[in-house]
Formats: sequence, structure tokens, C-alpha cells
Amino acid sequence: MVAESLALSAVLFTIGAIGVLVRRNAIVIFMCVELMLNAVNLTFVALSKVYGMEGQVFVVFVMTVAAAEAAVGLAIIIAIFRHRQTVNLENINLLKG
Amino acid sequence: MLLQEATTLAHPLSGSIAELVWLVPVLPLIGFLINGWLSLSAAAPIGPKDPSAAGHDAHGQEHGQQHDAHGAHGDDHHTVARHKYAGIVSIVGPGVLALSFGLSVAIFMAMLGVSHEAPFVRTLFSWMPAGELSVDAALQIDPLSMVMTLVVTGVGTLIHLFSVGYMRDDPGYPRYFAYLNLFIFFMLVLVLGASYPVLFVGWEGVGLCSYLLIGFWFTDKANADAGKKAFIVNRIGDFGFLVAMFLLFANLGALDFVGVSDAAPSLGFNSALATTICLFLFLGCAGKSAQIPLYVWLPDAMAGPTPVSALIHAATMVTAGVYLIARSAFLFSLAPVAQLTVAFIGGLTALFAATIGLKQWDIKRVLAYSTVSQLGYMFVAVGVGAYVAGVFHLVTHAFFKALLFLGSGSVIFAMHRAYHATHNHDDAQDMRNMGGLRRYMPVTFILMWIATLAIAGIPVFSGFFSKDEILASVFARAHESTLAQVSWLGIPGSTVLYVIYGMALGAALLTAIYMTRMMIYTFHGPNRTGEKEQSHLAEAPWIMTGPLVVLGVLSVFGGWLNLPAIMPLGPIQVLDHWLEPVVGPATVAVTGGAAHLDHSTEYMLIGAAVAIAIAGIVIAFVRLKPERLVPKAQAPDEQGIERVLRDKYYVDELYDRTIVKPTVWASRNVLSTGIDQGIIDKLLVTYIGAGIPRMFGWFGSRLQSGQLGTYAWVLLIGVIAVLGAFTFR
Repeated sequence: MVAESLALSAVLFTIGAIGVLVRRNAIVIFMCVELMLNAVNLTFVALSKVYGMEGQVFVVFVMTVAAAEAAVGLAIIIAIFRHRQTVNLENINLLKG
Repeated sequence: MLLQEATTLAHPLSGSIAELVWLVPVLPLIGFLINGWLSLSAAAPIGPKDPSAAGHDAHGQEHGQQHDAHGAHGDDHHTVARHKYAGIVSIVGPGVLALSFGLSVAIFMAMLGVSHEAPFVRTLFSWMPAGELSVDAALQIDPLSMVMTLVVTGVGTLIHLFSVGYMRDDPGYPRYFAYLNLFIFFMLVLVLGASYPVLFVGWEGVGLCSYLLIGFWFTDKANADAGKKAFIVNRIGDFGFLVAMFLLFANLGALDFVGVSDAAPSLGFNSALATTICLFLFLGCAGKSAQIPLYVWLPDAMAGPTPVSALIHAATMVTAGVYLIARSAFLFSLAPVAQLTVAFIGGLTALFAATIGLKQWDIKRVLAYSTVSQLGYMFVAVGVGAYVAGVFHLVTHAFFKALLFLGSGSVIFAMHRAYHATHNHDDAQDMRNMGGLRRYMPVTFILMWIATLAIAGIPVFSGFFSKDEILASVFARAHESTLAQVSWLGIPGSTVLYVIYGMALGAALLTAIYMTRMMIYTFHGPNRTGEKEQSHLAEAPWIMTGPLVVLGVLSVFGGWLNLPAIMPLGPIQVLDHWLEPVVGPATVAVTGGAAHLDHSTEYMLIGAAVAIAIAGIVIAFVRLKPERLVPKAQAPDEQGIERVLRDKYYVDELYDRTIVKPTVWASRNVLSTGIDQGIIDKLLVTYIGAGIPRMFGWFGSRLQSGQLGTYAWVLLIGVIAVLGAFTFR
């Protein structure tokens, strides 16, 4: 059971990572980041079966931080959209050298 | 036991008023601070709007400014606007110096009562403790420093008083007195310092004040340039002084006078090292005391106010070189070759400067070349080991040359006032514009003649005794001394000394001629100032003539300080006995304890000197016709040798071509364009300093594309690389 869970979380993490890399829409990237976080959460839960309860405690922390990050991140994305009428990251490159 | 030791070590002067010796220089320093503060606190524009400037209407101010722009060179007295603090400054400036003089006299009195074989050194604080080198800020009282202190403070007080009258209407009056007080402070540090470094502090300090006072009227570029010239030429000399100090410390391990004089014999008589040290010291003296080849700054220094010329460039600062050699007598007596060099350069300078003095028209320039010439005399004296004669001439010269300068200041003051009243912009210092002034300024006239007779060496006047002593000493040394036995550049010492004697005699003749010429052109004959101006010519106020009278008395009776044994008009050889503890051994080392000249020779020498002086005066009176002179504006150009003399042998032009121009060229083209702009600015700053970081910056900025996707890829690759490194290590 642990092995399957780890395999699933690896698949989810990879999908999230590839999404971050290839997509251009900020909202989609944001969702992919959430997917990666939850893949890690799944790893924590699966391994807690082997190593003890600490993994599950961490999951609670990760979900809290993810919630806060979602709030801040979405607020930023909305502010950017209001300002530039787009959330396509290719067009948001003011910080170039 | 301990107590006994302490009493044997204690100097007879300890516990007396001599403990307060530090107050002697500190009093003028306090004056400097007060006057400097008054000068700064009144930095606001002062002029006719200022109620304290009453009596000088707006017209006068305007005129002064016109004159400022017009003034061609070194014209004394520019704007007329009395400073609002002039009253306080007039009390503080001369007051602190009078107190200082009083204290010096008190210390002198204390010295008279006790034995002063050993110098009294008063250590104030430890100045430079650094490893083996330890220099104390210490003052030394001995007969030599006492003589100098009395001259500096005494003559200084008189000149300060004269300055009150001379400079009162100058807008920079407090600044003037601040500089003057500061000068006295440094001069006293110079003469009272107990070690070479302390002396050097005073030495540099007086140089600074000289620079500040030469360029006192700095709005005129010529004056500022003259100040710079004096400062830069003196740096060459200071280099020599510094090297001499380094050599002394490296070889003797001491820098205080007591320590050096104790250790000096280890250098060895006539050793190369002793000669080198003395020659470097003399380079310093040549700079400060305006000897060939570094004399060129002194005539230009006349751009300063006339009392400054009297105090700094005649009576005190320029004699510092003579003092330094007398102070280092124990070193020079070890180096006869250096001594002969000093004497020869002195003799050459005396003659050379005297010839230039023959054809100068500016009254102050005549006196300036005369000063250079008389300083040459002093160097002849200290060069041949006649240290007492050198110091004696220093003292009498301080009296009569200060009198001559102040008298010329008085004349310029009157001339300037006359031109000012009639709005004439002629040169107030050119003798061709003077003439017949004896009718308008009888007191100055008589006093200036006294000083002229003194400097020419007419008997009973002070200069006669000192000059005669120098001439007699040179003759005696040529006859028999250690100097006569060594060879100098392959020439026997005695021959060199006879040549020096001849040069000194020649200089004496020329001195009498050019001084009489100056007197004739200034005071005798018809007046050439101008019809309108004549009615405005008048004697200066008492505050200016008063100090002149005192100096006149000193110029007459100064010779009584050291009467020769064959002329017992009073107590004989006072100065000889007084200075014996300081320079006696060094003098004996030169003479080898030889007996004095026999009386008939001595009478003959005196006769020759007096005959030459009288001849000079007579020649001047016979040859010069003041009636034929015309004012400067109409004067024809001189021709031939007269022109060469007027143009000072073109030495300034020579230095300009050979030293100044090449230096400027090299500075501009090699140092500035080549090294500074080419190597430092271009290569090091623009290419290496700015170019390489800019290249790295360009690469760095390419990485910052602003594309989040790129950053994410780079991050991923980085993570994979790190994980890979951990996995496959």
C-alpha cells in the first residue's frame, strides 16, 4: 500500500512540476504548485505509516501554509490582472536585466 | 643619598622664573587665537556702511578699489576701511608680545645671576615616543637661545607697534595681527626648541606664516604668486634639513641638542658623514636664509606689507639659518669642508646680491637684496667658525635692517597717502618717484641715515663692529686655523678664505654704494613726486616713528654688545663671554687655540674696512646725480650692464627656463596627460576598473530575463543537479 501511494504522489508531483514549467497562465501555474504541495502531503501521510505520526503533523502545517499562500498568491494575481488585463506570465517581465 | 643626587643634578635655573619659559611662545599664540577669532567673527562685509568706518566716505572706498585693480606690484595699502575690531586688535596684538618680551627679560635677568654653563631644558610633554626615537616637546634656555628670544620679542614688539600705525586702515587688520602673532609663536618655538624636530616645527611654522603674510593682499595675483614662490623654494631647503635629521638619528641615535652634541665626536673629524650631514643642514639654511642658489624668493617676498618684510624677511625668520648653524656648531666644527662651503656660498651671495642691489629702483627691493647680502655675511662668519661674530651681526642687522625697512615703510606710507589724496596711480615704492623727502620727513631721514651708516660699517655705529669682527675672523682663519689646512675642491683652504675675504670686502664697498644711492634718491635732491602731491607728503604718526627712534638708538649702540679688545670703549667682548658655553668649544676647534691677530694687523684690517665703507659713500655721492633723475613714467630704459643688474642677472628667467618650465611641461604632459589621464584614468579606471565589471554585469543581466518559466527551468535543473550529486557521489 505504501509503495502505491508513493508512486501516485510521484506521478502527481511530476504533473505539477511539468505544469509549472510549461504553462504560461499564472492561475494554472498556481494550481500546479498546489498539486505539488499535495503530492508531498500524500508522501508524508504514506510514510507516516512506517515512521510514525510526525508526517501527519507536518501535513497539517503544510495545509495551513498552503492556505495562507493561496490567499496571498491569488490576491497578487488579481492585482496584476487589474493592472495589466492579463495573467499571462510571458507578458509580465518587468524585472528583467 | 637620593636627595644629594637630585641637588647635584638640578640646574641652577630650575625653580626660578625660567620654569615659565613655555609662556614666552604661548602668549603670542593666545594673541593669535584672539585676533584670529576676531577676524573670523567679523567676516561679514565691512566698508563704508559700517558705522565704525566713519571718516572714510564711499568715495574713498571706491577709489581704493580702483587702486586695487590698478596696483601693478606689491603696492602697499589698498582699500581703506577700518575694521570694526581694530581697537581691540591694536591692544592685543602688540600687547601679548610686550608681555612675552617682559618675561624674556625676566628670564634673562635670572640667568645673569647664576651659572649657565649647561643649558636649562624644560620638558613639557612627551611628543613622539616611537621605539628608539623619543622626542620631547622641550624648550631649552641657554645663552644663544636667550639672545635670539630677546631679539625676536624685542624687535618684534617694536615692529608690532609700527604695524598698528601702518596697517590700521586695512580691512584685514585682525587677520594681519593674527598671522603676525602666529609667526612670533613659531619663531620662538624655533629658537627655544631643545631638539631638531621641535626646531623644525618652528622652522616650518615660520615658513607658513611667511607664505600667509607675503600673500596677505592675495587678491592681487602677483602677491599670491610671490607667497607660493617663497613656500616652494623653502621646501627644497626643508628637504635638506629633513635628510640631515634622518642621518643624525640613524648615526647618533639622538635628536636633542644635548644628546647630539655629546655623541657628535663619534662621527669623526672631517669624515664624509659629518660633511654630508652639515651640507644637508646648510641646504636647509640656504632655503630659509635666502642664499645662492635658493635666494630668489626673498626679493619677491617684498610683496607683503612692509612691517612683515622688516620682521620676517629681514630681522628674524631669514636669520634662522644662521641660528641653526650656530646651534649646530659642534657638528660643523667636525666638517671643515662643509664650513668652507658655507663661508664661500655666503661670500658669493654677499657680493652677488650687493651688485643687484646697485640697480634696483623699488626701495624695498634694494633692501631685500641688501638683506640677502648681509645674510651672506653672517654665513661667512658662521662658516669660518666665528659663531659669535655671526650671531653678533645677526643682532645688529636685526636692529638696523628693521629700522631701514620700517623707515622705507614710513616713506611708502607717506608716498601712498600723497598719491591717494590726489588720486594718482603712480608707483609709491619707486625711488624715481621720490627724492627730496628729507624736507617732508626729517625724523625718518635722520634715522634712515643712522641705519645706512650702520650697515655701511662706519665706526661707532653697530654694523661697523659686527662687520669688522667678521672680516677680521675670516682674515685670521685664512692665516691660521684648521680650515686653512684642508683642501676644498682641490684648492687650499687658506686660498679659499682669502678669496672669501676679498668677496666680503667687495660686498662691503657695494653695500656702502647702494645704500647711499638709496638715501640720495629717496631723501636728497629735488622732489619728483609731483606738484600736487608735494603738499600731502608728511611724517608718519608717532606710533610709527616711535619704534623707529628706539631702533635708531639700538642701531647706534648695538655695537657695544661686543666691542673688540683693541677698542675698549666700554666692557669688551660681552657677547663673546656670554655665548662661550654654547659655541666656545666649536670655535676653539676651528682656531686650534691660535693666538689673536697682532694689533697692527688688526688696526690695518679695521682701517681697510672703514676706508672701503667711506669710499663707497663718497663714490655714491660723487657719481650719482639725483637732479638728473626723472619720474618712473618718463624714465628711459637702461642699457648694457645696468640692464643686466636691473633684471637681476636674469636668474629668475634662468630658473624659469631650466626648472619651472620643464617641471610644468613634465607635469602637464607626462604626469597629467600621460600618467594621470592615460594610465590611471583610462587604463586603470575606465578599462580595468569599469570595463571588466561592466562585462560581468552584462552577462549577469542576460540571466535576468524576467521570464518566470526560464527561472523555473533553471531551478529544476539546479535541483536535479544537486540531487544527482547527492545520489551519485
